[in-house]
Amino acid sequence: MENIQIDMMTALPELIVLMLAMTILVADLFLKPKNKIIIYGLAQFTLFAAAYFTVSSFTSSVGFAFTNMFVDDSLAHVLKLMILLGAAVMFVYTRHYMQLRNMFRGEYYALVLFAVLGMMIMVSGQSMLTIYMGLELLSLCLYSLVAFDRDNAKSSEAAMKYFVLGALASGMLLYGMSMIYGMTGSLNLSDISGLLQDTDPKNPVLILGLVFIVAGLAFKFGAVPFQMWVPDVYQGAPTSITLLIGSMPKFAAFAITIRLLAQGLQPLTADWRDMLLMMAVLSIAIGNITAIAQTNLKRMLAYSTISHIGFVLFGLMSGSLNGYASSMFYISAYVLMTLAGFGMILLLSRKDFEAENLDDLKGLHQRSPWAALLMLITMFSMAGVPPTIGFYAKFTVLQAALQAGYIWAVVFAVLMAVVGAFYYLRIVKLMYFDATLESASISAPIDMKFILTINAVALLALGLMPQTLMSVCGAAIARSLQ
Amino acid sequence: MLSVAIWLPILAGIVVLVLGSDKKADFTRWLALAGGLAAFFATLPLYTKYDFSRGAFQFQEMAQWIPAFNINYHLGVDGISVPLILLTSFTTLLVVIASWQVITKNIAQYMAAFLMMSGLMIGVFSALDGILYYVFWEAMLIPMFLVIGIWGGENRVYATIKFFLYTLLGSLLMLVAFIYLYHRTNSFAITDFYLLPLTLKQQVLIFMAFFMAFAVKIPMWPVHTWLPDAHVEAPTGGSVVLAAIMLKLGGYSFLRFAMPIAPDAAHYLAGFMITLSLIAIVYIALVALVQEDMKKLIAYSSISHMGFVTLGFFIFSQLGLEGAIIQMISHGFISAAMFLCVGVLYERMHSRNIADYGGVANSMPIFSAFAVLFAMANSGLPGTSGFVGEFMVILAAVKYNFWVAFLAATTLIFGAAYTLWMVKRVFYGEVVNKHVAKLQDLSRREFLMLAVLAVMVIGLGVYPKLITDFTHVSAAQWLDHMATSKLPVAGL
Repeated sequence: MENIQIDMMTALPELIVLMLAMTILVADLFLKPKNKIIIYGLAQFTLFAAAYFTVSSFTSSVGFAFTNMFVDDSLAHVLKLMILLGAAVMFVYTRHYMQLRNMFRGEYYALVLFAVLGMMIMVSGQSMLTIYMGLELLSLCLYSLVAFDRDNAKSSEAAMKYFVLGALASGMLLYGMSMIYGMTGSLNLSDISGLLQDTDPKNPVLILGLVFIVAGLAFKFGAVPFQMWVPDVYQGAPTSITLLIGSMPKFAAFAITIRLLAQGLQPLTADWRDMLLMMAVLSIAIGNITAIAQTNLKRMLAYSTISHIGFVLFGLMSGSLNGYASSMFYISAYVLMTLAGFGMILLLSRKDFEAENLDDLKGLHQRSPWAALLMLITMFSMAGVPPTIGFYAKFTVLQAALQAGYIWAVVFAVLMAVVGAFYYLRIVKLMYFDATLESASISAPIDMKFILTINAVALLALGLMPQTLMSVCGAAIARSLQ
Repeated sequence: MLSVAIWLPILAGIVVLVLGSDKKADFTRWLALAGGLAAFFATLPLYTKYDFSRGAFQFQEMAQWIPAFNINYHLGVDGISVPLILLTSFTTLLVVIASWQVITKNIAQYMAAFLMMSGLMIGVFSALDGILYYVFWEAMLIPMFLVIGIWGGENRVYATIKFFLYTLLGSLLMLVAFIYLYHRTNSFAITDFYLLPLTLKQQVLIFMAFFMAFAVKIPMWPVHTWLPDAHVEAPTGGSVVLAAIMLKLGGYSFLRFAMPIAPDAAHYLAGFMITLSLIAIVYIALVALVQEDMKKLIAYSSISHMGFVTLGFFIFSQLGLEGAIIQMISHGFISAAMFLCVGVLYERMHSRNIADYGGVANSMPIFSAFAVLFAMANSGLPGTSGFVGEFMVILAAVKYNFWVAFLAATTLIFGAAYTLWMVKRVFYGEVVNKHVAKLQDLSRREFLMLAVLAVMVIGLGVYPKLITDFTHVSAAQWLDHMATSKLPVAGL
């Protein structure tokens, strides 16, 4: 009985999200359409309550629950907090957009909250089973969210693609896990790491299992050569869902990569870092080069995501605490930039109009200098130009990779970053140097404008003062992976 | 004190951006002028309080910035950077005055961009920490990118993207070099980089990484092609800042980073660098000779003059080095003046084509007097600042190798040829068309800015001690450092 109580307390934030998400699902049935805003309030309350309990349980020690299947360490705390805050920002950005498109329904909030729950479980997964369970919860919510605009053929097509490929990836991950389980007889990651110390690392079953796990992870990240779903899903999904897919799940994917590769399969580091190196280099190259040819903004950002993931892998493949911390910093910066970027698309969209083509940004500077300035900061941050946070993100992963001895890979990544700068600059060019095609003014709720401003200014402010975020990431990694 | 010099113009820029608008055009201009003046006066104490007898870094400031990577907010200046900082704040003030009536749309953004750029460039000249330096160096690209792109000429988009990507490519390689040095020394402090022993192979690689960044900026042949494009398309203010200061950032950085961090590589590659410099001096001067566009001609002449700077660096003598530094300052004034003169004409005629002009001296006598003075200075007439630097470098080159000096000296002929030929075609001869006949002479504002520049050009020409006082001790110290090998004692 006492054990259950400790277990429950350890997973308190998850339980809050679970309870309130179900409450929303039920409450939605009894609310009149004009009162649906209550659902929104409840959803935000859920996130903040969970965030509050995450913060209040901050400790530097590592706790386990549910017979060691669930871990409660600094890494989990920090990532959960970021996921919850990111989701809160996302709700602010998407409310207006969903209202205009008749998609402002209770299911939307319930599904997103369940997705958040899935991410939180992944982040805290200490057993391969927990990780898989969280992943499936997240994925199933995302599949249905992509198809949320159900009369839209493009959305349905994207959802179908996402589902088929995502199920395949989950299957691969599970297959890999089963092989590791067969070799070690355990699902618990710290046990696996201990058991593998004595095993021959050249054992083919082990390597095969590792390959399947890495492939599954790469799929979830959207790294080359498993990137095919990314552009189609980004483009097809409603922008509010693209915002979700592009942002917080990357935290979760990062967490399970750390748990599986850096903790569980740590003895096989030499094997998986070569795989990550190949994927990182290819992701950066293909992501950046293909992005140049895009005319659809969402598709362009999809390819840009692929290249950013390449940089994240650069940090991971360093195989050091320094490298993991730099990857985590990169992901945090990336999520901030993605929120701002897609937030801007949502801001510019109107009823029956999606601002998703590059040409829709033409002359934004004349229509709204404020919006153009925010987008300018975001674009330079994505390109990695100081004094924005994007620069420090690139700086930290590159220094980690250089420390690990990958000099030529770093030089290659740097050259590709110049290629990448081109298409970000093109957006600045469209906004500032070209004449506008339309005169519609920008209408958005004040809270969205406010948060979006803070979001973009944060890219600049964290660029001037990156120390805090860096040390948070460094400490989280160091405490969780000693 | 240095922090004030850096942040005051940036803050002034933000204030102008927030308070200014096209509706309150005059207010915006006066606000920008006040900001420029304040920023200029903030840099003057560097001149009055500088201790000429010490070669070490002065006015140092140090604060922790990113302890995780041992990155510090570390500033300091020596005799090489002080004159360049003064040049920067002076030029910014000039640009604000020069754009008074020329810029009529987005005035606030334009002025703010130049004020911020000024602060960032002073930051580059005074940063003593690798990453701090890099942040200033890159951040400065953003306002310049916008200035050329928004207020530039017809082909501005191509020019500004080319400018940005060229510079970015070079500087990212420099970043890799910085990170490499960091892992060797566990610090980003420049002074720690100076002391780090490195094998020749490492030095050559590091030198090449820096070379990519700085050669693009200077620019050296063959990576100079962005400059004529950027100059032609940029508005007058942009051209002035590009030529007067941004090119110097490259030269300065060679002295501050590439050469002292990898001295043996610098000696090893001196022949290569001198060859590139001579190509710039001779070949680019010939290219300048055939230009039809005035701005393009001055742009090519800038590249040719910057060739003297790199030549002066790589012959490793006190005379050559000081000559190169004087050449940088003097070229800052002369090129600024030349671009302003073209700007004065362009405002009136909306053409930069030499063929559209002729006999301007008849309708604009005062302006023509100034323009001819600056043209003479550009071709190295004794008594102007253009002569001093070139002469010192050539003298130093004679001691190094007669044929190098000989080739370098040909510029006195080519330089005179392209500049004076342009002057002849534009200012003298028959009045070619009725537009030229109707030209108005200088306004008081224009007279003021050209007169100040004329005083500087002649002043430095007659009394170069103004600069050499600063550079003497620092240059000697720099040469001492360069003469000491950093190769590990055991050999290669």
